[in-house]
Amino acid sequence: MTTEQRPATDERIVVTATINGEERQWLSSSRDSLLEALRERLGMTGAKEGCNNGNCGACAVIMDGRLVNSCLVMAGEVDGADVTTVEGLAQGESLHPLQRAYLEEAALQCGICTPGFLMASKALLAEKKDPTEEEIRFWLAGNLCRCTGYDKIIRAVQQAAGQVAGAQVADAQTKEA
Amino acid sequence: MQAVRYARAASLDEAVQMLRDGGDVARVLAGGTDVIVLARERRRDIDLFVDIKHIPDVMVLSFNEADGLTVGAATPLYQVYAHPDVRQRYPALVEASRVIGGTAIQGRASLGGNLANASPAADSIPAMMVLDGVANLVGPQGARQVRVAEFCTGPGRSVLEAGEFIVSLQFPTPPAGSGFAWERFIPRNEMDIAVVNVGVSLVLDGDVVQEARIALGAAAPTPLLLEDAAQALVGRRLDDDTIAAAAAAAKEAAQPISDMRGSIKQRKHLAAVLTERMIRKAAARARGEEAAL
Repeated sequence: MTTEQRPATDERIVVTATINGEERQWLSSSRDSLLEALRERLGMTGAKEGCNNGNCGACAVIMDGRLVNSCLVMAGEVDGADVTTVEGLAQGESLHPLQRAYLEEAALQCGICTPGFLMASKALLAEKKDPTEEEIRFWLAGNLCRCTGYDKIIRAVQQAAGQVAGAQVADAQTKEA
Repeated sequence: MQAVRYARAASLDEAVQMLRDGGDVARVLAGGTDVIVLARERRRDIDLFVDIKHIPDVMVLSFNEADGLTVGAATPLYQVYAHPDVRQRYPALVEASRVIGGTAIQGRASLGGNLANASPAADSIPAMMVLDGVANLVGPQGARQVRVAEFCTGPGRSVLEAGEFIVSLQFPTPPAGSGFAWERFIPRNEMDIAVVNVGVSLVLDGDVVQEARIALGAAAPTPLLLEDAAQALVGRRLDDDTIAAAAAAAKEAAQPISDMRGSIKQRKHLAAVLTERMIRKAAARARGEEAAL
C-alpha cells in the first residue's frame, strides 16, 4: 500500500511526564516527536528544530538522565519519563552556572544552537566534573554551531566546570565551618 | 511526519502479535535514531511504531564466564561501552560503539538497531562479526539464532522475515590469549560515516595464531567476514610477512564502490592498511602489551 492510498491513522494520545520537575499531562498526536510536543503542545520553545534528523543537536534535552535529540523521540515514548529542557536550567531569575559562563565567554551569537549546547554541556558535567578539552569537544560533537567557531563554547564549559568545582569547595567549607 | 501510531509492547509475544497485526507498515521502535528519520522523510511507509523498550529481554546487558556477553537489541550504546566487562574483554565493541553518532545518538541508538539497519558502513557490525556474535531473533514463526556474519544480505537488507525482530546479541567469552581491535578511517575526528572500517580478533599461543577473524566494512554491499585474510594467519607465526599476506588478502576481498566518501582505489588501500594495524593492535592486546580499555 502506498502512502497516498493509506488513510491517515494518527491517534490522540494522553502523555504524562515530568518536565523540569513538574508533572505535566497533555494531549498529543501519536505522530508528534518530543520536540513537537514541547514546542506545540506545551508552548516550551527553548528546544529548537534545526535539522530534524539527529545531526545538529539544537533540540537536545535530557530524558531520564541522558542527553537525547528530542526530534528523535516519539511523544508516546515520553509517557512516564523525566525530561529536563533548557527552561529548567535557571532558578527563577538566577541563571545556571553554564548559562552565566556562556554569557561571560560570549559563547553564542545567533543563539539557535545554544539551548542544545547548554543541555549537552549540563549532561557532560553531570558525568565528568572536570573534562579535558578533548573530552568536551568529543562530547559536544553532535551539536553544530555556525557562528562561534566552537572555541568560545569550549571555554565556557571549562569555566563552568571550574565554577561547579569552586561551588563544591565553597559548599564543603561552609559545611566544615 | 507521516501519520503514524505508537504502541508499547510489554512482552515479546505481545510485540510479535502487534507486528503481525500491523502488517508490513508496522516497524519496531528501539532507539529510533534511524527509523524515526526514515518515517519522517517518507523513505519507508510506516504506519505503526511498536516500542520494544519496555520488554526486559531487549534491554539486558550482562556478562558471565559460562554464557559470555548478552546485549539487548535496544540496550543503548552508552551503557554498552561503559560496562566494565565489555571494556575489559570486548574492547572492539567499545571502539566501534563509542563513535556511532554523537553523545545524544548514543543515548538511544543500539547494537541491535545498527545491525537491523544492515548498512554496508555500519560501525558495529564488523566488530560484532569478529567477536563471533549471534543474534537472537523472534517472529511469527518463533525464535531462532543467526550469526551476525550471516545477517546482512545487501545494503539495508537482512535475513529478518516479515514481523521478525532482534531480541538480543550474544558474544562468547573470549578464550585466554584473545585480543580484539576495531578502527575506522574517516577524514574528521568524529560524527562521520566510515570510509572503511576493520575489526580483528586473534587468539595467540606464544607467537602462533590459533584463531583469527577479520571483518571489513564499507567496502562491499554488506560488511564482510574475510576467510582468506584470516587463513593467512591461522597456524602461522605472527610476523611481518604473515601480516602483510593477511592485509593483501583483505585488499583483494574488498569490492568497494566509489562515492563522495572515497574511491575504489582509496578504499582498497585502506582495507590493507587498517587490517595490518588492527592485527598488530589485537596481537598487542592478546599479549597483554597494550591494555584493553
